[in-house]
Amino acid sequence: MKMKLATLALGAVMAAGPALADLVMPSLSYRTGPYAANGIPFADGYADYFTLLNERDGGIGGVPVRLLECETGYNTEKGVECYESTKGEGALVYQPLSTGITYQLIPKGTADGIPIHSMGYGRTSAKNGKVFSHVFNYPANYWDGASIAIKHILDVNGGDINGKKVALVYHNSAYGKEPIRTLEELANKHGYELSLLPVDHPGQEQKSQWLQIRREKPDYVLMWGWGVMNQVAIQEAANIRFPMENFIGIWWSGSENDVLPVGDGADGYKALALANPGGDYPIYADLQKHVYDSGKAAGAGDQMNTVLYNRGMYAALLASEAVKKAQEIHGEADITPAMMRDGMEALSLSEEDMAALGLPDFGPAFTVTCENHGGGGLGKVQQWDAKAEKWSVITDWIESDKSVIDRLVAEDSAAFAAENNIQERCN
Amino acid sequence: MFYREAGDFSTTYAQDSQTFPIRFDRYRYYAVMALAFLVVPFVINDYWANAILLPFLIYAIAAIGLNILTGYCGQVSLGTGGFMAVGAYACYKLMTAFPEVNILFHVILAGGVTALVGVLFGLPSLRIKGFYLAVATLAAQFFLVWLFNRVPWFYNYSASGQINAPERTVFGIEVTGPNTEAWATYLFCLVFCAGSAIIARNLTRGTLGRTWMAIRDMDIAAEIIGVNPLRAKLSAFAISSFFVGLSGALFFAVYLGAVEVGEVFGINKSFLVLFMIIIGGLGSIFGAFAGAAFLVVLPVVLKLVGVDMMGWATDIVAHFQFIIIGLMIVAFLILEPHGLAQLSRLAKEKMRLWPFPH
Repeated sequence: MKMKLATLALGAVMAAGPALADLVMPSLSYRTGPYAANGIPFADGYADYFTLLNERDGGIGGVPVRLLECETGYNTEKGVECYESTKGEGALVYQPLSTGITYQLIPKGTADGIPIHSMGYGRTSAKNGKVFSHVFNYPANYWDGASIAIKHILDVNGGDINGKKVALVYHNSAYGKEPIRTLEELANKHGYELSLLPVDHPGQEQKSQWLQIRREKPDYVLMWGWGVMNQVAIQEAANIRFPMENFIGIWWSGSENDVLPVGDGADGYKALALANPGGDYPIYADLQKHVYDSGKAAGAGDQMNTVLYNRGMYAALLASEAVKKAQEIHGEADITPAMMRDGMEALSLSEEDMAALGLPDFGPAFTVTCENHGGGGLGKVQQWDAKAEKWSVITDWIESDKSVIDRLVAEDSAAFAAENNIQERCN
Repeated sequence: MFYREAGDFSTTYAQDSQTFPIRFDRYRYYAVMALAFLVVPFVINDYWANAILLPFLIYAIAAIGLNILTGYCGQVSLGTGGFMAVGAYACYKLMTAFPEVNILFHVILAGGVTALVGVLFGLPSLRIKGFYLAVATLAAQFFLVWLFNRVPWFYNYSASGQINAPERTVFGIEVTGPNTEAWATYLFCLVFCAGSAIIARNLTRGTLGRTWMAIRDMDIAAEIIGVNPLRAKLSAFAISSFFVGLSGALFFAVYLGAVEVGEVFGINKSFLVLFMIIIGGLGSIFGAFAGAAFLVVLPVVLKLVGVDMMGWATDIVAHFQFIIIGLMIVAFLILEPHGLAQLSRLAKEKMRLWPFPH
């Protein structure tokens, strides 16, 4: 029996061996479990963008993209299994959409020479390219997010939040704990009082946290939530009649499926935005023509125009632009993961580039360098309109407080470098 | 024909009381060991190590540990995940506090620390039994996970609350950290797994094992014939937790490399290990291996067949996995409540008589 299984598995591994020239893009997605509501739109957007490139342009630089989807269920062990099973096929870049899996892959990817792109999540100090050679987290990271949220609160209050109370409701995991250090530093700087309210996985039970909020009456509540936790938190906030315009989520807590179940109660809820929401972009016409109409849309094909679908598309766009860059640098169309890394490090996107790609006025303009793998750290604030059932952007790009964040990034990455005997690069 | 006692003469007491009294069994055991130690390390690759063999070996150690407590001593425990976390965090603290000491000793010491914690949480077992004990160990599970999340000392005050295994070597060869070779991590875990299995097997055949089984079968009767329930139960908790701690330490240091306690060592892990021993067979060392293999390999095989061979969507395959594994567990419990170990026992009985059953 054992022998039979072994041969079967071996056969499967062999059968899926390297094919002719193609660009392998693994998609560690999660379409099951308590985080599926957010995992599905992202995975669909990621897949559809690559399908569009294959259908419309015949791939990137003439080489077709082969998407390898692997279900992780937001579980780190399955994520590792997915990584191991796909890396042998020449995977160019991993985007696991999970901070826990990113932490697993940072050392593994670095050792195997495969770049990791944790777009707006993962380990914040990976911004420091001197230490993290193969990890990228452009265009913005959690600490940028924390700072942008506080800056928005400052703006609303005319620049003074001394003595205000700010509560952080967070997913009790590496993901949710990331912003704490920055928020504490910012509390010292701006004089607000920070209280921390952890919510355990998966986050369906938050009565006690919101009871505490009702008792302590913080002026602002920030949220680092994901999956089912988001909608429960927004529902609870609505239940205790917390003023929604004072409730601000990170960009992972600001998609349609987080607010729609709450109905009118969610009106006025704010969230950060990595890129603009909505579907008014020329690229959607191309998607309609080349992907949706021919029935090639990923999943159930019902996620378009949502925030997370756009973000998945954006992640795929950043990957494909890096591929183009790598092809340009090395003069080779069928690139390797090492070339991909060089392409990511040389990536530079301007407003015009984005417009040419069919997404004008969408994401921020940023440049990646050897020292800075984190981009510019820009974000917007969007607000939910429950009547119209759409997000509207209410600020321009806000830049994070670099005076605080750069020091923290340097500290944390130096600790990582010391722990792992890493010599600084880029000198 | 091949599988029989006849013609296999014991001339010494040592021969008479050996683990595998039947020659065929003995040779099969040697063959498996030779294959595992001498052949597999040369053919193994990253995928096989990280997706199948490492989790199998590590879960097998955990299942052996839980089997001692639940299968042999009859004390139901739902705290396995918590005890694995103790092993992982003990190993992490030792690795970072004493980087000059060999990782081998850290893993064993992590087992020792877990044994102490296990005894502590085993104390209620002297007063309560059955479901109530299960609830008490469940409390241990939640308390331990909460503790490692709450107290920053355990994760060396890292910003994310995660623990990361630094690079450590055995005889100059890396066994933890990102730059390890598949064969090195495999052999490292295999040594621990084989050692645990041999120790556990011999413990359960000796006085200690008999006292545990006496307690399991009827504790009052055991007490009357002179078994000290305090010593029996606490030793079961200690030894069981030792193995579970070992597996937790290996799980963190060698297999995953970075751990977030709530996710990796949550209640799901406790149930998973419990399912392993139930499916494998309570009160059997072979059962621990069989159960671990079943629950580690089956999802991978289902995935390979569904996604890579049939080309189905990943979410459909993931849902099928839940259904198939759930169905198989139910089917097993109905058709063979004593697990895979009982199937192998039956097969052996049949083999002894084959080909002349009358």
